[in-house]
Amino acid sequence: MKTILKFWIGLGILVILSPLGLIIPGLLKSSSAWGEWGVEEIEKLAGYVPRGLAKLSSFWNAPVPDYAFKGWEEKSLTQLSFAYIFSAIAGAAAVAALAYLAGKMLTKKKN
Amino acid sequence: MHIPDGYLGPASCGFFYAVMIPIWALAAKIVKKTLSVRQVPLMAIGAAFSFVIMMFNIPIPGGSTGHAVGGVLVAILLGPWAAVISITIALVVQALLFGDGGVTAIGANSFNMAFAMPFAGYYTYKLISLNAPQVSGRRVFAAGAAAYIGLNIAALLTGIEFGLQPLLHHSASGQALYCPYGLNIAVPVMLGEHMLIFGWVEALVTSLVVKYLQKHDPALLSGVVK
Repeated sequence: MKTILKFWIGLGILVILSPLGLIIPGLLKSSSAWGEWGVEEIEKLAGYVPRGLAKLSSFWNAPVPDYAFKGWEEKSLTQLSFAYIFSAIAGAAAVAALAYLAGKMLTKKKN
Repeated sequence: MHIPDGYLGPASCGFFYAVMIPIWALAAKIVKKTLSVRQVPLMAIGAAFSFVIMMFNIPIPGGSTGHAVGGVLVAILLGPWAAVISITIALVVQALLFGDGGVTAIGANSFNMAFAMPFAGYYTYKLISLNAPQVSGRRVFAAGAAAYIGLNIAALLTGIEFGLQPLLHHSASGQALYCPYGLNIAVPVMLGEHMLIFGWVEALVTSLVVKYLQKHDPALLSGVVK
């Protein structure tokens, strides 16, 4: 079990460092990942907004879009980093809990 | 590599859900037989690790960004079928809570990152590390090579899925309805950036964790959780 504990500590360190994934691309003036542009970005790139894309792109309204709180688009990098860490904690906790539950259910009746 | 809502037409979205449903069912069936109770915490942390590592966007200066997935590492430690379940959970949470990857594209994104990637990586690892002792340098190399190949297979598939859209769906005047870039652009860009940069990060992370485990807990590399 010792290794699992060390993995959790390692994951905690990654969570704290996670804003690097937000800050460094900003410093190097990198844009979104390829193929993950918003509607405005795609209009600039392709010269038009594909009709189906315009309709489907708002199919889902995520509660914490792009790992930032809604309405925080204009906030400082410090605040966005805070939201990023919050997202990493909440997301990792949700994922770990769901995977744990799935694992428990699948190994039921064993040992 | 997370295809958002709107980039794949309804037919592609439906197709990949239809492909993934039996894969998810089979994964559950096989993991039921192969996963030990002691491995469950490792599966939880493997899925969480994959979620967090995908938040580390790596920039191409002045260009786009990308990231590692961790899918091959999970496959090496828990087997490819447990990786299917673990990475799918990470992708579903990303889509539903954070809008990273489309909800309509969960089938496609899972096919690329939660199925093709761990399987390609796992068997590459098995092939290269064949008969090598658990603590050999060849296994560290095998892990890195497997991670590199796994991520690039996922990137290639993503590029093909993007690139097919203008062929599948366009207006009478020829304007694309979903992803506007064809195979001639989407495939070289997706594959190129992952081969040049992101694949190496995936390889480095995967081989470093395997190297660490060889030193501190080699049993874990054979699937034994102490």
